[in-house]
Amino acid sequence: MGDILSQYDVLGAFWLTIQLAVFSAVGALLLGTVVAVMRVSPVRILQMLGTWYVNTFRNTPLTLLMVFAILGATFILGINLAPGSINDNNFRWAVVMLSVYHAAFVCEALRSGVNTVPAGQAEAARAIGLTFGQTMSQVILPQAFRGAIAPLGSTLIALIKNTTVAAIIGNQEAAGQMSEIVENEGSSIGIFLIFALGFVILTLPLGLLFTSMSRRLAVKR
Amino acid sequence: MSTSVLFDAPGPKARRRHALLAALGLLIALGALYVVLRKMGDAGQLQKDLWSPFLTAEVWQEYLLPGIWGTLKAAAISMVLAGIFGLVFGMGRLSHLSAVRWVSSIVVEFFRSVPVLIMMIFFFGVYADNNVFATEVNPLAAVVTGLTLYNGSVVAELVRSGVYSLPAGQSEAGLSIGLSRGQVLRSIQLPQALTAMLPALIGQMVVVVKDSALGYAITYLELLNWSKTLGSAYANTVPAYIVAAFLFITMNYVLTVIARMVEQRLSRRGRTTLPGVATTPTGGDVEPAAAGTVGAPGRGM
Repeated sequence: MGDILSQYDVLGAFWLTIQLAVFSAVGALLLGTVVAVMRVSPVRILQMLGTWYVNTFRNTPLTLLMVFAILGATFILGINLAPGSINDNNFRWAVVMLSVYHAAFVCEALRSGVNTVPAGQAEAARAIGLTFGQTMSQVILPQAFRGAIAPLGSTLIALIKNTTVAAIIGNQEAAGQMSEIVENEGSSIGIFLIFALGFVILTLPLGLLFTSMSRRLAVKR
Repeated sequence: MSTSVLFDAPGPKARRRHALLAALGLLIALGALYVVLRKMGDAGQLQKDLWSPFLTAEVWQEYLLPGIWGTLKAAAISMVLAGIFGLVFGMGRLSHLSAVRWVSSIVVEFFRSVPVLIMMIFFFGVYADNNVFATEVNPLAAVVTGLTLYNGSVVAELVRSGVYSLPAGQSEAGLSIGLSRGQVLRSIQLPQALTAMLPALIGQMVVVVKDSALGYAITYLELLNWSKTLGSAYANTVPAYIVAAFLFITMNYVLTVIARMVEQRLSRRGRTTLPGVATTPTGGDVEPAAAGTVGAPGRGM
């Protein structure tokens, strides 16, 4: 066990996992917010585009998106995100695909937050004469964000676990490192536990944090 | 809250603004479509002979149907096993013996936080090193093991939140007519909980179908892997992946529609259902954060 840890850069692999997760989380949050705004907007065409985005990317395997990024987009369509460095191109495409895929879930998390607000809240706000802007900023969005904390937390945790799929296109993050070790040393429960516990350490505190936040900030109804 | 409550009925000014936004959105979408088609055209991916093979029986018989079969086979076996796993550990988490409860909780939480791909790589290595199955069965076995452990844990959580979502009067009534705790769980709570979680369970199938594509990494021959082979055989990689994506989306969309139908049917009969992929669209491989709203708040992490 000790020599596996000294022979392979396991910590470095997890560092790459964290980098993938952070960049993709930011990307997914930005893109997902745009799609969510489109889906709740009053404009029919924007709603349809948003729905199309969610249905398409939520139902496509992330693995397919990743494989397509390299074998399709890079090799055949010639879209190289980092000419000169294969590793950088793999990393950037992984971030792009992780963002695109999870944006669909971020959108639905935000939308489900809006859905937790009862219709009476908006009606009451308008009845006392608040404008649209006031209704949104003072009444609806503060409640909607609180309702979205739990699903956003699950999305973030799923994203961290899904960074492993980036191994399929040659990123040496946790899963890539693990499959190299398994190939060289054979599979053992010790190797599995090292990597499994790494992910438990990455996701468990986040889960507890989001659970306590969503409880603390929950709107009492 | 439906969108109509967010906004007032538009007046003439707002209608003009909406028309402008619609035109702008359409323009951007068409622009994006143009860029994609242009890129594909430049790379020669729109030529007719790259797409025409998909109209031949050979491509379907030799590549796509075996691919779909591989995906559905792995998904179906995993879902059945995950159901059993989930039932056992879900009941374990509801047990009144604290030791059983603890062990079940640790098992469920552990397998829920480990990425499926990590499990698949591990079990593929174990099966291959020890010749557990025949060589050509090893990838399937590893895919099924990984999917079962992860989705079984998710199902266990569904079972638990399904039982928690029942009114307390159900178990109290059972206990007061003299049933034991086990009898209450088996003959009163579980049947209702299972009905309530049926839509969420079908929705979970979407996750299983999608995650079966991870088998690509351990040489399991599912739809994605067959599409890759197809792409090199006909030199039409990009069209092959696009068709594969379309097939995946269709399979999953059908499952989502079935889940929604089951849910509507149940709610017509006055049953409440667990919010699953069908209702709260947190779905996908985000574990039912839905579970967060029922019974155990925020549990769906």
